[in-house]
Amino acid sequence: MFDFGPFFDNFDEILNGFWGTVKLAAVSAVLSLLIGTVLASFRVAPVPLLRVLGTAYVNVVRNTPLTLVLLMCSLGLNDVLALTFSDNPGTTYYWWAVLGLSGYTGAFVCESLRAGINTVPLGQAEAARSIGLTFTQSLRIIILPQAFRAVIAPLGSVFIAMIKNTTVASAASYAEAAAAMKSLLDLPSFTSGALPLFIGVAIGFMILTLPTGFFFGWLHKRMAVAR
Amino acid sequence: MTDSEGGPDLTKDGPEDTVPAPASDAGRPLVVVEHVDKHFGELHVLKDINLTVNSGEVVVVIGPSGGGKSTLCRSINRLEPIDGGKILVDGKELPQEGKELAKLRADVGMVFQSFNLFAHKTILENVTLGPIKVRKQGKQESEKHAMELLDRVGIANQAHKYPAQLSGGQQQRAAIARSLAMRPKVMLFDEPTSALDPEMVNEVLDVMTGLAREGMTMIVVTHEMGFARRAAQKVVFMADGQIVEENTPDEFFTNARTDRAKDFLSKILTH
Repeated sequence: MFDFGPFFDNFDEILNGFWGTVKLAAVSAVLSLLIGTVLASFRVAPVPLLRVLGTAYVNVVRNTPLTLVLLMCSLGLNDVLALTFSDNPGTTYYWWAVLGLSGYTGAFVCESLRAGINTVPLGQAEAARSIGLTFTQSLRIIILPQAFRAVIAPLGSVFIAMIKNTTVASAASYAEAAAAMKSLLDLPSFTSGALPLFIGVAIGFMILTLPTGFFFGWLHKRMAVAR
Repeated sequence: MTDSEGGPDLTKDGPEDTVPAPASDAGRPLVVVEHVDKHFGELHVLKDINLTVNSGEVVVVIGPSGGGKSTLCRSINRLEPIDGGKILVDGKELPQEGKELAKLRADVGMVFQSFNLFAHKTILENVTLGPIKVRKQGKQESEKHAMELLDRVGIANQAHKYPAQLSGGQQQRAAIARSLAMRPKVMLFDEPTSALDPEMVNEVLDVMTGLAREGMTMIVVTHEMGFARRAAQKVVFMADGQIVEENTPDEFFTNARTDRAKDFLSKILTH
């Protein structure tokens, strides 16, 4: 039952799958941070239209299952509407997975960041305005840097969830670790060793997520703003 | 004084340009408040306020808590919007929110009760931020000016520390330097010593007295009667959202005209 043979026999494919996971997660992390920051800025902007846009986006995307978001991207936008990034299916599905996952995670980043903005004392914004900074300047130079520092640890949780959410991208035709695992399980020659395979892939995810958690925890302590 | 380097050195002649020299056109109306009204919901916090502050003048606003002093101070650079009337700074009416307002605010210094130094920036960065980002001044020039100002308020050796590492008095002096760095036409002080430990009050008041002597136009909301006597040309007594009495400090403290002011003074001066 605990025969790790098949797991190590197919180690290369699994490793390949994890490389797909890392590629997807790394680019999505950067992009979702950007999207989240823009959304959070919208949600606190003095312009009502921006606030409405930000709120609507977050509420729609955050309440839609990720599978649906990713299938919408791959099957809906890519296949049906033929909005492709490239003629190479691997490349186009990769970018749709990145966009879908970033757009989804961005909503959560936005909400974390908004919680962070609420921890910044009102006086900071008033002082920023009183020396003549515009709204955008005070957001960019005074408010957001402090908000980010306050939510580094919660953002770590968002990114851990995001790394695990990459597995959903296998449903959207993107080859990552879970897809590699599934294709191994589906092989007719695969008769035993399913449990070790699960354990191995789970450990693989922990190797990605545990350091992420530790890193964000460390960064949070290091960057904390003393008041 | 909690710090070994001592308080602000007021005997020292500051560099020429740290503070605008007493304007040659002293006496020209710089801040004009006309028929200003403001409500917080049901509460009528400012009732038909009229006040003129001339260039080079130091006006102290005193009165019981909840009388509208802070609101008036904050409305002069539109941290609080007003419901009626108008406020002119240097002849220009306060614009609505936006770039124009930001520009005007840059000319009006503000010192808060709770200092409000930017917590994630060093003292030096706090002081240079406005000149660099708003005035588009060079970094070197801004830092040089900032160090002169920090030296004037007696905390040059704290320049590279973060606000939380400083005492309250030092933070407030840094906040004054941050405002001065913008070379404001007028400075607003919203209870600048109310959040300070008693032993730090004087180091801040000394800086403010120095500024007053140099001809800075100042509007100061405070409970420090000593400062009002020493530095102010005019005392404005506010209660229940109204300006009850406008007087010279000497007259006000020895011979107030209104009963409301007499009552207030008797309560604070008897002990």
